[in-house]
Amino acid sequence: MTERTLTPERRWRIPRLARPALLGVLGLVALAVLWELYKFFGPNNGVLIGDLTVLPRTSDLAMPHLATMALRLFEPVTGAATALPLWLAVLQACAFTLGIAAVGWIVGVTVGLALALLMQRFRLAEAAILPWIVLSQTVPLIAIAPLVRRWGAQVQLGEFAWENWMSVALIASYLAFFPVSIGALRGLVAPDANHVDLMHCYAVGWWKTLWRLRLPASVGYLLPALRLAAVSAVIGSVVAEVSIGLRGGIGRLIVEYAGAAGGDPGKPWAPIFGSVLVGLVAAGFVGLIGLFLRRFRRGEVNA
Amino acid sequence: MSTLSNSAVPAVDVPAVDIRSVGRIFPGRKGASVTALDNVSLTVAPGEFVSLIGPSGCGKSTLLRLIADLDVPTSGNIRVFGKPARQARIDQDYGIAFQQAGLLPWRTVTGNIELPLELHGVDRPGRRARAAELIELVGLTEFAGSYPDQLSGGMQQRVAIARSLAERPSLLLMDEPFGALDEMTRERMQNELVRICAETAAAVVFVTHSIPEAVFLSNRVVVMSPRPGRIRRVVPVGLGAMRDRGEDLREDAGFFRSLSTVRDLLHGDDGPAIGAPRGVETR
Repeated sequence: MTERTLTPERRWRIPRLARPALLGVLGLVALAVLWELYKFFGPNNGVLIGDLTVLPRTSDLAMPHLATMALRLFEPVTGAATALPLWLAVLQACAFTLGIAAVGWIVGVTVGLALALLMQRFRLAEAAILPWIVLSQTVPLIAIAPLVRRWGAQVQLGEFAWENWMSVALIASYLAFFPVSIGALRGLVAPDANHVDLMHCYAVGWWKTLWRLRLPASVGYLLPALRLAAVSAVIGSVVAEVSIGLRGGIGRLIVEYAGAAGGDPGKPWAPIFGSVLVGLVAAGFVGLIGLFLRRFRRGEVNA
Repeated sequence: MSTLSNSAVPAVDVPAVDIRSVGRIFPGRKGASVTALDNVSLTVAPGEFVSLIGPSGCGKSTLLRLIADLDVPTSGNIRVFGKPARQARIDQDYGIAFQQAGLLPWRTVTGNIELPLELHGVDRPGRRARAAELIELVGLTEFAGSYPDQLSGGMQQRVAIARSLAERPSLLLMDEPFGALDEMTRERMQNELVRICAETAAAVVFVTHSIPEAVFLSNRVVVMSPRPGRIRRVVPVGLGAMRDRGEDLREDAGFFRSLSTVRDLLHGDDGPAIGAPRGVETR
């Protein structure tokens, strides 16, 4: 209101919600322009300092035009008569990977939350577990993927048989649980001493305090952790698909199509865009959760 | 110490709060412990308004926390309505308000006032009715659906007081509830508190470091001294019953007399009053 009266000459206003979207699109356009400009003006052999290539070559093979990448999406995957259009093949792979990442995310979030609760409840547990949680993330994914696959192959419980996609989901959850456990722990211990005292005065137990105070207070910490976990789960799935050799997902397509780069420079970019899409969808989903929990993100207040 | 005072409170057998030679020592580094309270005894009668006043570090907040069973005394014992402090807390015999309003930011005014009722299993219609009653009592009817961040500091504090009254406690514990408010709001809140106390007939233990506030509100003012925290003297104010207290009391001669007594005690001037029978005005 006041703003409008202060600046009457400003006739058009961007709606508040549209602004981030607009900025996002602008960022993409800037990136595209940068790509094409460098491709146009950059030296064919790239920028070299001594023998070191600091900027890539600009040939059509190394840096295809954006239009080439885009048009390639609408051609069939291969020359075969039954081949699907590339975009459809990529989307199917996206859906497959997204499904696995979702399973990994759910498992990771569950485990992460459970660990955080355990650490909040028992001081000893925090001292015992926290270092291992941090340490767990220093193990390279490539190293554990074959292990998980081999262990999984030995799991057989009646009807249930371990499948390769479960190994991928497990690895995704291995990446996803970390931010959740750390973020949730920070959130659970976030309530003011004041609020904790109040709950003590009300003579309510740990569970009620958790439900009425600690969980709501942790939402502000939990949401970024969940988003990070979602993106980690996607990356974990893509990488694990490659190291375990699971077919059908976007990770596999990235490796497969990379081989075609020599004759078909537009093709390898399709699954890369696909993996970006999967990441965006995953992050967007968490954003949606945040929308429902908006009430719990009201600023802390001081009297 | 007895409840011998000229307050208009009926004498009842079981005191609201009975503190007997309580000490609280906080262990420090390498044996350098801090004696927050040393041999403190105090009795608060039902319906009586008692203020604890003193410089920082005199243990007044510690004493309040001990009564609330948020902390445990090192020595001595505390009984609330004849029960150990812990039992009184479990039985919800007191309501409490802190310096920070301490409202849950994700709950509306109504939601915050309903919190203790909800935690103790009062059904929804019961909660709604009680919350509406209290919101009216503290004059926030228009703000029932507002969130704490939409309220001023004074309004938040009023919500906190309403919340402390939710379960009709016969004892209110207040730790500098108006400490963060400006002087104008503060006096208005004091007037409201006097009115609320008259309506609810609850005993109050009120921690403050404002002399006028303590004198205006209280039947008795407990003046404390620091290091170690001790009760220096208990000053009966005797300005009459709660329901008769009004704005004009601030101009009253008795008000000023008590004011200067408390002030002298706080400034370490025991003066001729020392050794004299309690309750005798010496200047």
